[in-house]
Amino acid sequence: MKVRIHVSLKPGVLDPQGRAVHHALEGLGFSGVEDVRIGRLIELDVADSTTDEALDDMCRKLLANMVIENYRIEKLETA
Amino acid sequence: MVKHGRTSDSRSCPLMAAPMSEITSEVVEAHGLSPEEYDRVLHALGREPNLVELGIFSVMWSEHCSYKSSRLHLKKLPTEAPWVICGPGENAGVIDIGDGQAAIFKMESHNHPSYIEPYQGAATGVGGILRDVFTMGARPVANANALRFGRPDHPKMKHLVQGVVAGIGGYGNCVGVPTVCGETNFHPAYDGNILVNAMTVGVADTDKIFYSAATGIGNPIVYVGSKTGRDGIHGATMASADFAEDSEEKRPTVQVGDPFTEKLLIEACLELMATDAIVAIQDMGAAGLTSSSVEMATNGETGIRLDMNKVPCREEGMTPYEMMLSESQERMLMVLKPGKEAMAEEIFRKWELDFAVIGEVTDTRHMVLEFDGEVVCDIPLGPLAADAPEYDRPYMSMEDYIAWAGISPMQNRPDTDDVGGDLLKLLASPNLSSRKWISEQYDSQVGADTLQTGGDAGVVRVHGTKKALAITTDCTPRYVHANPYEGGKQAVAEAFRNLCAVGARPLAITNCLNFANPQRPEIMAQFVHALDGMGNACRVLDFPIVSGNVSLYNESKATGGGSAILPTPAIGGVGLIDDYDTMMTMPFKNEGDAIYLVGSEAWATPDPERSHLGKSLWLSEIHGRDEGRAPPVDLTLEKNAGETIRELIEAGLVSAVHDVSDGGLAVALAEMAIASGLGAEVSANEDYTAAAWWFGEDQGRYVITVPDTDAFNAQLAKGTRDEDTALVGFRRLGTVTGDSLFGKSVEELRAAHQSFFKDWMEA
Amino acid sequence: MKAAVITFPGSNCDRDMAVAIEQISGKAPLRVWHGDAALPDGLGFIALPGGFSYGDYLRSGAMAANSPIMKSVVEAAGKGVPVLGVCNGFQVLTESGLLPGALMRNAGQTFICRTVALRVENSQSLFTSRYEKGQVIHIPVAHHDGNYFADEATLDRLEGDGRVAFRYAEACNGSRRDIAGILNAGGNVLGMMPHPERAIESDHGGSDGRALFESVFENLSVA
Repeated sequence: MKVRIHVSLKPGVLDPQGRAVHHALEGLGFSGVEDVRIGRLIELDVADSTTDEALDDMCRKLLANMVIENYRIEKLETA
Repeated sequence: MVKHGRTSDSRSCPLMAAPMSEITSEVVEAHGLSPEEYDRVLHALGREPNLVELGIFSVMWSEHCSYKSSRLHLKKLPTEAPWVICGPGENAGVIDIGDGQAAIFKMESHNHPSYIEPYQGAATGVGGILRDVFTMGARPVANANALRFGRPDHPKMKHLVQGVVAGIGGYGNCVGVPTVCGETNFHPAYDGNILVNAMTVGVADTDKIFYSAATGIGNPIVYVGSKTGRDGIHGATMASADFAEDSEEKRPTVQVGDPFTEKLLIEACLELMATDAIVAIQDMGAAGLTSSSVEMATNGETGIRLDMNKVPCREEGMTPYEMMLSESQERMLMVLKPGKEAMAEEIFRKWELDFAVIGEVTDTRHMVLEFDGEVVCDIPLGPLAADAPEYDRPYMSMEDYIAWAGISPMQNRPDTDDVGGDLLKLLASPNLSSRKWISEQYDSQVGADTLQTGGDAGVVRVHGTKKALAITTDCTPRYVHANPYEGGKQAVAEAFRNLCAVGARPLAITNCLNFANPQRPEIMAQFVHALDGMGNACRVLDFPIVSGNVSLYNESKATGGGSAILPTPAIGGVGLIDDYDTMMTMPFKNEGDAIYLVGSEAWATPDPERSHLGKSLWLSEIHGRDEGRAPPVDLTLEKNAGETIRELIEAGLVSAVHDVSDGGLAVALAEMAIASGLGAEVSANEDYTAAAWWFGEDQGRYVITVPDTDAFNAQLAKGTRDEDTALVGFRRLGTVTGDSLFGKSVEELRAAHQSFFKDWMEA
Repeated sequence: MKAAVITFPGSNCDRDMAVAIEQISGKAPLRVWHGDAALPDGLGFIALPGGFSYGDYLRSGAMAANSPIMKSVVEAAGKGVPVLGVCNGFQVLTESGLLPGALMRNAGQTFICRTVALRVENSQSLFTSRYEKGQVIHIPVAHHDGNYFADEATLDRLEGDGRVAFRYAEACNGSRRDIAGILNAGGNVLGMMPHPERAIESDHGGSDGRALFESVFENLSVA
């Protein structure tokens, strides 16, 4: 089973990278960009029997830092 | 992949059966081989090559591996001295630094990849040169670099500078090797072709130096490090795509560096090197498995047989062609003593690295590759390496070159009535501005042995001793362009000077020879005459060349810049300080210290023809004129001035030393003031114009400060040793005092000095 | 007193830390590999050195915090054994939960290597008793991810409990309230971004880091 873990910064945590990209986009003439936040996408290929609890555990223990980050688990239906 | 039938003589027959259609003239051309070179391949093999073999020839006969345009001239460089343990030809040069220890170092270019992808290009450049050094048994102790960028207002340049600097830092910082010095120039000639030259210095025990000669028939050949992917299979990608069964996706052409793996590889290799298991070791550099295996067998005068099915691969379905041409990073090839495989494997497993026995040393003097039970390559080693093509490319005489380049003595020499104002402008200019924005992105302190950065040379302790190594990188490309011979001399002389200035004994140099297309006689003239000058300087200064790298075809018309780069033979110099308590630094130290100029005694006799505003930064920055001749270098003066400086440092008679280079005397004084916060009162020399005196870029000069003038004069009163030392003259310039220089406060000077990068990066 | 320096794959200041400990305590520390299941018995001091454990991949310190040896380090810290984490070691300490907060990318985006001024905020701790409160010291930093973050409540608690050990006295990396080093509630765990082990002798250009190690060893030998 393929699983995508989307890790993003919690609201309120300053994202200097996002700010720099925001600035760069404006520099390139793209107007109307309200905000840029940069996260991380992690693709896992796990056994079909992997439970949601186990995935949650992976995120909390390693893949995301709960002090500053949120995560979202997206399971992809395998062909 | 064409499968060949199995026959009893697997060494040649299946290859003979390769279909003629496989190698068309387009395929040959795509591999960068000329028709003449392809004829040479046919002659060497006595038959048509298959694609694997053609790929291997193309790599080994590339300019990068074969030095075919440069070899003839490189042979003329002096490479020997009593303290040289190993000169050019191995992964890096080795010099004796006493007490059973050696310094191992080399500089290498990663120009083109850095233009394509600055972060990864620069990072992998650092990774490659680190491997060259630890391959020989040394723990890397310092990194240095020499960077050339185009004009700052070029649309790509900020991105390139940011990427290159971040890449150098990203790699070096992570592996934990301090970056202690470097130089950076800006010039429009690099608009379309920046230069990224990286240097590493390591320290080893002289009885634990490892070489690349594969010996011992039957000894196992071991692959360690990262897996092989399809990285960097560029020039020949098209051909391989036509050829490979799985050509479904485009191959990545930029290698990605993995400094974490490199750090593990360093530790694992050094751990294995502490045992007696290794016969030979070679890093898989630019041409990967091909050049490492060919060089090892060639240097060992043996042969090599590899089983390509055993090569650790990152991707499925990789062909032998791809494996042999891959430029994946962080890989090494070793020959082990028989029976040591298990012990070695345990070390590499501990460091979580791949380890695979992939072949053996043979006595065939052939390189034989097998895949799926078939021989897919069988090439005699001679033609691949030692007998590779060598060209004597035509080049212009110096006279014709000077005429071609339009170099003539300066007419109409301007003067200045505002030295302070000119100085502020110079300090704020790209080529003289503070490099702090760059150097602060490099961890210069890791290892806790760094003694000096930001001065004339970087200095690191030899861990656990009182010795220290001084390191510098130098070249003034605008001089080399104006006069390749004098410019070649100047690059070596400036490295010599920078080492003397910190109190080090200059020992040897490495070089990175960056030039444009050698098939143009004027470019070849730059190369030949610069080498001639370098060689001469090395001989007079007793400063041999122990390693180096040549990078040709550095030109591009793509981005509106000049088509050829300035000739840039970058020099990396290494010197030894026996007791680092005597190390000298550049900042002014004490209020009241006397300031002297050390240089040519001949200056005492006025001569309006002397002083070199020609090709000076003052002339180009203040007057927008790029004119005149390069300053000549008097090597006898250089040698004696350097020795005099070292003697004064040793005798404890000086409190600060700084060499005089770009921007002349005024800029040298300003740098000493800015680094200390102290100002100075200095007086001009009435026999020269203010511009000539303060901004001329004459060579062979140092500024020193003297705390005790009586002791200093007593030393000078002892007289000179011989007529050569009598060439060295002293002139009192003034006194360290106050907080201003040329009517400008040191704070103002500092602000100007730091303004360029700050303004540019924040823009 | 036995001291130990933990080496993770990618640590690169482990030797520097060991040299500093030996120079100041007179005794070479034990070197412990991250894969070891347990710490040596009877340790009186544990140092987590700087570097790029696991290449700083995923997040600085994240994977090291999950390595086998860290279970033992957390346990030892719980029993009151002094633990010092410098740079990457600080990142490992926050990732492992021994210290609150997180270290994010520097506000200026770039790696920073330079000597910075720090103000000693707490001179009562095991690690800082040889300093004066309010004293300004100069210690090198070298990091890409040193921008300390914690929520306001946590920051207030840290300040209130005197757990801010060092504060930057000049702009550095965007850290909340300029925090450069913090203590745990028990006062036996210190994490800091600046490198005291790079400032223990005049040849380093300054020796303001010495007093930190001297504090630790003085307090331990008295205890």
